[in-house]
Amino acid sequence: MKLDLGRLTLESLPLHEPIVLVTGVLVAVGGAALLGLVSYFRLWGYLWREWITTIDHKRIGIMYIILGLVMLLRGFADALMMRLQQAVAFGPADGYLPAHHYDQVFTAHGVIMIFFVAMPLVTGLMNFVVPLQIGARDVSFPFLNNFSFWMTVVGAVLVMLSLFIGEFARTGWLAYPPLSGILYSPDVGVDYYIWALQIAGIGTLLSGVNLIATIVKLRAPGMTMMKLPIFTWTALCTNVLIVAAFPVLTAVLALLCLDRYVGTNFFTNDLGGNPMMYVNLIWIWGHPEVYILVLPVFGVFSEVTATFSGKRLFGYSSMVYATVVITILSYLVWLHHFFTMGSGASVNSFFGITTMIISIPTGAKMFNWLFTLYRGRIHFELPMMWTLAFMLTFVIGGMSGVMLAVPPADFVLHNSLFLVAHFHNVIIGGVVFGLFAGIAYWFPKAFGFRLDPFWGKMSFWFWVSGFYLAFMPLYVLGLMGVTRRLRHFDDSSLQIWFVVAAAGAVLILFGILSFLMQVYVSIRRREALRDRTGDPWGGRTLEWSTSSPPPAYNYAFTPIVHDIDAWWDMKHRGYRRPESGFNPIHMPRNTGAGFVLAVLSGVFGFAMIWHIWWMAAAGLVALLAAAIAHTFNYDRDFDITAADVERTEGERTRRLARVPS
Amino acid sequence: MPPLGLLCACHAVVLDPAGDVAAQQRDLLVSSTLLMLLVIVPVMILTVVFAWKYRASNKGAPYDPDWDHSIFLELVIWSAPLLIIIFLGAITWVGTHVLDPYRAIGRIKEGKPVPADAKALEIEVVALDWKWLFIYPQLGIATVNELAAPVDRPIEFRITSESVMNSLYIPALAGQIYAMPGMQTTLNAVANKTGDFQGFSANYSGAGFSGMHFVFHAVPDADFGAWVARIKAGGGALQRSDYLDLERPSIGDQPRGFAAVDPGLYRAILDRCVEAGKMCKRDMRVIDAGGRL
Repeated sequence: MKLDLGRLTLESLPLHEPIVLVTGVLVAVGGAALLGLVSYFRLWGYLWREWITTIDHKRIGIMYIILGLVMLLRGFADALMMRLQQAVAFGPADGYLPAHHYDQVFTAHGVIMIFFVAMPLVTGLMNFVVPLQIGARDVSFPFLNNFSFWMTVVGAVLVMLSLFIGEFARTGWLAYPPLSGILYSPDVGVDYYIWALQIAGIGTLLSGVNLIATIVKLRAPGMTMMKLPIFTWTALCTNVLIVAAFPVLTAVLALLCLDRYVGTNFFTNDLGGNPMMYVNLIWIWGHPEVYILVLPVFGVFSEVTATFSGKRLFGYSSMVYATVVITILSYLVWLHHFFTMGSGASVNSFFGITTMIISIPTGAKMFNWLFTLYRGRIHFELPMMWTLAFMLTFVIGGMSGVMLAVPPADFVLHNSLFLVAHFHNVIIGGVVFGLFAGIAYWFPKAFGFRLDPFWGKMSFWFWVSGFYLAFMPLYVLGLMGVTRRLRHFDDSSLQIWFVVAAAGAVLILFGILSFLMQVYVSIRRREALRDRTGDPWGGRTLEWSTSSPPPAYNYAFTPIVHDIDAWWDMKHRGYRRPESGFNPIHMPRNTGAGFVLAVLSGVFGFAMIWHIWWMAAAGLVALLAAAIAHTFNYDRDFDITAADVERTEGERTRRLARVPS
Repeated sequence: MPPLGLLCACHAVVLDPAGDVAAQQRDLLVSSTLLMLLVIVPVMILTVVFAWKYRASNKGAPYDPDWDHSIFLELVIWSAPLLIIIFLGAITWVGTHVLDPYRAIGRIKEGKPVPADAKALEIEVVALDWKWLFIYPQLGIATVNELAAPVDRPIEFRITSESVMNSLYIPALAGQIYAMPGMQTTLNAVANKTGDFQGFSANYSGAGFSGMHFVFHAVPDADFGAWVARIKAGGGALQRSDYLDLERPSIGDQPRGFAAVDPGLYRAILDRCVEAGKMCKRDMRVIDAGGRL
């Protein structure tokens, strides 16, 4: 009997595509080497016990960030390939990427950068920081947190798999039908897209629920909503957006999936299907999504500006209201992504004007940061440098955004490279700069030593100059009427701009390499960079009151909060750290269930993609069985004994004693 | 080798178009930019000034670690952007209505209203995989990947698509609008300067997308007559069966013309019933409205 593998055959492997083949071989060899090293150093047990099954929000946060950084390398490799293709494919030269490959590259670039780079990095920061900032010992649902993370990983794995088995979607990152329908995309590309996003989306949604519950229920005594650290406020709003928006994405992808798998006609050309419905629905998720990414980094910038100016954040309540207003307004602007789809003038004006209104609270935030600098004592550490670069860069992106919000102006700039420049301007100049600021800011909290400033500054200058060099030419090209996603150009007078943009991308490459170098050098020099105080920056919020890295239980005693800047307030009132009288601490126990469930989801998704129905059925049954089996696991918690707490805290007391005052 | 690139794409065509609609769109773009610079420039300057002045090493600068509130400043930072947005919102509302692509144009160019007897040139546009079909119903001709119109005469495009979503965009003439299968969008425009301009799809539509461009000839009235005569002299007919051949996916089609066109073809494309025996969308709608077969 022959093994039924659905659509999967030897032809599905990229044996005829040298670029992909070589990449595949390199990844296989590198992966095998990595697995070999893990086995050689006998790390499997350690990895399983301490990381894969961990339900500690700090470790899950760190793993999210590692996932985001790994996927950044993939997404950026796609970016380099695009920039290279567009820099050479002029006139008679056809470039080195055929349409079949190039179209996958720009689709994968968008999908990976949003779903598997920006989202994990943002979620990772929130996971790590939020419980610490509110004086909690973990998130509300620690097991769920682990499960969410592994679902995100499985989504990323499916996208990566599409590189080597079959192909990815050739539709653009939002997979508009009818192009993404079965008639025009009959192969597995769009199915990879659907299942990767559905599986990762479950993780994102659950993590949103988790963090909302955490922020609402687990705040330290005294921390009223208007004493919430500003980063936690932005995290709260972001997670509200996640919980409200991601089900829409899940629903619209489910409908597309039905169109493709069972022949329904939600978004087809014939039999009453309406592709415009898809475009509306996907942007009802898609627009809040950009605020899901940017709100937390606004929070990062607020924390960083206050800390490194040695000053209270200017206009805390106006910052909170601005965040809430943005959260609400982000649901009223989705149509500005398709003014050109033929809505009437009144509809277009409505959405244009609501879009402009968002710039008011955003502008208020910008002024609040500005007046936080005013009469401060600004220390130009790395996070502060990123923040200033953000303030200068983001306003340009904001301005081009408002230009695009004027419908008649959008008619001439829509889908052009001007648009591409705009959203990279706000995503790189906002989200990415903010993530680097956040990583540099909280790294010492996570690992107990600071990141090396020299390589950090190298990375900073390469990124910032690379960004301007790569994207300012795209603004110009957009004004020349050049549209996006083109693989070849007839007009060779445009080439110079693309060459400059490619050079900018190379600078960004150096920025990424410098960042990796920074991590490597910092680990090597960790003793010199060690922070024994737990508060290397003169911090203001609670996370800086515990040790770096924090103990598993975060706080031996739950802190009591009297001020927005709780730790600053405690320091100024002469807070003394308790050194005795510890109690046992009740903690959740690690479990492998989340990992197992996620892997089974991945098996199910892979089988669905390739139409291997027996495997899909088996995967689904196993998934349900494992979920039910997990409910019978009663060994879910344990107590850290008072003696253990006392020992841990005692070590910190000795460390603190060695700090020269 | 299309000569269009050498003629027009080497400058910022969006800022220097050849049609009145695109010119008004450009004006909106410029005025909204200037309005926003009123806020952006001071913010950028203040950022640099504050960052420099209050650097930690400048011990002479005042330091006020607990100052975090000022009613006056809060008022300014919320109201200044608000005022600008009110102004910009008003411009947007008016501009969006005046430049509504569905609305017949009100003027040929600044200071020159559309004459009362002017009749718009109608052009039916079909986006195909991966080429453009232009049907001139008033003239009974059609072209592929080539478009011409007389200057200073209103043009009314009616736009649809055969397979997937595209976007008709001639930057020198007017802003773009999507071309979608089974649906019709409209674009009203006028060309004011003669010349050859680039047109293309501005919405990714699959493998042949990069080659999906055409030349738009904006010509004097007399030359337009000559152009039509040339297409008519070229012969060829576009009946339904020819269309079914034409709509099969192809990449990089050379411009070509048809001297005669089935007058019901565009309507059939829009109703998705060019193929014999396929029910037209409008008939389906009648059945749907009746609630039964």
